[in-house]
Amino acid sequence: MTEPTVYELSSSGRKGFQFPEIDVPLSPLPDKFIRKDLLFPELSEQDVVRHFTHLSQMNYGIDTGLYPLGSCTMKYNPKINEKAVRLQGFALTHPLQPLISTQGNLYLMYTLQEWLKEIGGFAAVTLQPAAGAQGELVGGLIIHKYHKYRRDFKRTKILIPDSAHGTNPATSSMSGFDVISLPSDERGNVDLNSLKVFCNDELAGLMLTNPNTLGLFDENVLQVIQMVHKAGGLVYGDGANLNALLGIMRPGELGFDIMHFNLHKTFATPHGGGGPGSGPVGVCDKLIDFLPDPLITIVEESDDENPPLFGFYHPKKSIGRIKSFYGHFGVLVRAFTYISMLGAEGLHHVAEMAVLNANYLLTKLKNTYTLPYDRKCMHEFVLEGIWKDVPDVHALDIAKRLMDYGFHPPTNYFPLIVHEALKIEPTETESIQTLDAFAAALIKIAEEARKDPQILHTAPHHTPVRRCDEIKAARDLVLRCQVHNEKIPGSQR
Amino acid sequence: MTFTPHTDSEVEEMLKAIDVKRIEDLFQEIPESFRFPDLAIPSKLTEIEILSELQEIASANATTGDMPCFLGAGAYDHYIPAVVDMLLRRSEFYTAYTPYQPEISQGTLQAVFEYQSLICSLTGMDVSNASHYDGATAAAEAVILAYHFFRGKRKKVLLSRAVNPQYRQVIRTYMHGYEDLQITGDNQATSLESDLETIKRQIDPDTALVLLQYPDFFGRIYDYASLIDAAHKVGALVAVAINPTALGMLTPPGEFGADIVVGEGQPLGLPLSYGGPYLGLFATKSRLVRKIAGRLVGKTRDIDEQPAYVLTLTAREQHIRRDKSTSNICTNQGLMALASTIYMSLLGKQGFKHLANLCYQKAHYAAQQIDKLDGFEVVYKNTPFFHEFLVRCPKPVSMINLALQDYMILGGFDVFEDYPELENHMLIAVTEKITKNEIDAFCETLEKVTHD
Repeated sequence: MTEPTVYELSSSGRKGFQFPEIDVPLSPLPDKFIRKDLLFPELSEQDVVRHFTHLSQMNYGIDTGLYPLGSCTMKYNPKINEKAVRLQGFALTHPLQPLISTQGNLYLMYTLQEWLKEIGGFAAVTLQPAAGAQGELVGGLIIHKYHKYRRDFKRTKILIPDSAHGTNPATSSMSGFDVISLPSDERGNVDLNSLKVFCNDELAGLMLTNPNTLGLFDENVLQVIQMVHKAGGLVYGDGANLNALLGIMRPGELGFDIMHFNLHKTFATPHGGGGPGSGPVGVCDKLIDFLPDPLITIVEESDDENPPLFGFYHPKKSIGRIKSFYGHFGVLVRAFTYISMLGAEGLHHVAEMAVLNANYLLTKLKNTYTLPYDRKCMHEFVLEGIWKDVPDVHALDIAKRLMDYGFHPPTNYFPLIVHEALKIEPTETESIQTLDAFAAALIKIAEEARKDPQILHTAPHHTPVRRCDEIKAARDLVLRCQVHNEKIPGSQR
Repeated sequence: MTFTPHTDSEVEEMLKAIDVKRIEDLFQEIPESFRFPDLAIPSKLTEIEILSELQEIASANATTGDMPCFLGAGAYDHYIPAVVDMLLRRSEFYTAYTPYQPEISQGTLQAVFEYQSLICSLTGMDVSNASHYDGATAAAEAVILAYHFFRGKRKKVLLSRAVNPQYRQVIRTYMHGYEDLQITGDNQATSLESDLETIKRQIDPDTALVLLQYPDFFGRIYDYASLIDAAHKVGALVAVAINPTALGMLTPPGEFGADIVVGEGQPLGLPLSYGGPYLGLFATKSRLVRKIAGRLVGKTRDIDEQPAYVLTLTAREQHIRRDKSTSNICTNQGLMALASTIYMSLLGKQGFKHLANLCYQKAHYAAQQIDKLDGFEVVYKNTPFFHEFLVRCPKPVSMINLALQDYMILGGFDVFEDYPELENHMLIAVTEKITKNEIDAFCETLEKVTHD
């Protein structure tokens, strides 16, 4: 199944959209600024609709079926959220309108800030960060500025467990720190002896994902936090896996100084095929003044006649502005809607069912696939996608074969500390019937690995395209459609 | 409503299967004194209840659906054809994750490939990435690229003072950890008339990057060729922040020597949505392709020799290079890039050019009419501009804007906070949505609210 590109579908002179004619007297633009040609395709409205409809049919989304990507929390995205964000009052407001004319938006953001504070156990929350990675950057910059403000210039090192997402070390470098990788112990926790070595006056902080990317709650977390604090460092929590802890525990109460939330994971906003995300950041009391500028606040308290007036607040020692305007407002509306519908009891229930689903699936699979850390898991777990008796079959083959059974594969080859990792996160919105069918497919694949390994090596067989040549893609770089006679650039070596 | 499917008997069955008595037992590893806090969050709502609450909240806003919008300054009120949103609602697109599994993500991947192609066509550049968060963060990523391009040896980045103030703020935040880098050029003392000469004088062999805006923050169009030549003479890179709509009629930066083009893609079919999610455009010349941050989609073949699309050059990215990666970007603006791809494809060559001309002509008519008003003056009258222009007003802009609200008009941007020498100056934007009648009414109202 292939679909031509918009350039290949183009017919010279065809139009897809008609604007009104110019209704004012004409003013000329000086010749030297006028563009000669614009190489855009020419399509009818129906051409465009069919083309993108065909493309959508070559995609797999949560609405298509189970999407058990570990640490991505691909839960069902409620449809009411899509309706909410399209309400004219939200969609058609300009970010620079007078505050008095956007009190609805500011109320919504203020309330969401308050709720995230409550859920995370933090003293303040910024909604500005555009995604989890940008939330991490905010955290990294706050750690940097905090030590600098205290004139504690020696603190240049950030500790990151080896099970962490790649964004953690990349963020720390961007924030101006040296990165030190911490090993995990035999139960998948942070290795305390290794940690001890680095708890000194050069320690700026520790970035910790908890539950970690093995789906395990770090049993030593209180000790880890205490050791870092005692050494004068700050503890950053990567909230990617917060779904397991909603209403179960507040990271801020445990001692995390900073944490980002992923609204596009935990709070059911759609991931959009790669974005937009939203990564609000919560901080403890002593870090409030370092948050990005601006925060939403009440600028005039309510009285008998008037509701409160919402506006902006500029933190005194702020790291500055991290993006244009105030955050991914459209994503915030969806998360607000989701939390409103769940209520406190629903948030708690989400975590319970997420952890129940993961453990149920783990139990079904652990006799067929090797479980490197044999513990009860939180919202996800990691299996090895390789067997000693069929060493030719790899996690990649298993992942690709799952597509033939109609499932999206789990995350594979991450975390790096597990050999041929298959990381599975079913989320709370999947039923026992779906989990049973998925387990059955994985068990069938394990049988196929012994009986007919070839069918795994050549999988998938029933997808719009089959295994793709990624080496060719990187070698013969083609990064755009060939338009007219121009040469395609990019390939250099 | 929690959107979980579990019945009580199913929960029992599952607990039995995993050999656990109660659900609470699954959380025993969490330190007991912190377990199960009471959350001060309101009680759950049904869909009917939340929709009515949301409608009430939304109705507390005044919107560009009810009043003509003369406000821009980085976000623009363009018409979005019905096709764009209808196609965006295809949930195979919006409920997908990042396309890590190409066999079942060809829809997303091909759409990004087409997006990259359209952005290259529009900007005259060779390579576009799959997007950054917004125009401001794309500009910051250009600075990071330049820093690493010179392996940290060049210590100076020059920002034109006529670059969107928010972009300059975000750049400074992002570069906080790069302590040896000097970000300069936009000194408050620099006159906005001689900004370009000032920048040109400061270019030296220690300059890594010069950042310009086209049209600039005040809507002005300048010929940057000689400035770019001067930068290239000392080996510096030049990044140009663009407004994509303007490139429907203006010579693209790729033709006058830009090494990097960044920009805010919101005008390409994205709703104003109170500032986000928007779309960070990022394109370069081919020699920088391996220095680009973020995702790139490339064309290849599958084992049956069919054309196929994949994420490529991933060795640049954080999940492979970890702390050696130059950017931590992971999630980008996939759905916004898709919206802009649909928008550009639908408008096509003629529609997009006509759109630019509509904005240009209406803005010029508006500027001529406002310039005639008693007490008002268009400031950079003799400099070409696109669809935005600066006006000196007889009263403080915030007062005028509040008065305009009573007449259901959204006035322009007050530049005073960012440019202290420009007291009582309003930046006015005009898009294709504004009719001649609305411009005439705007002029009348401006006169009325300043002469009462």
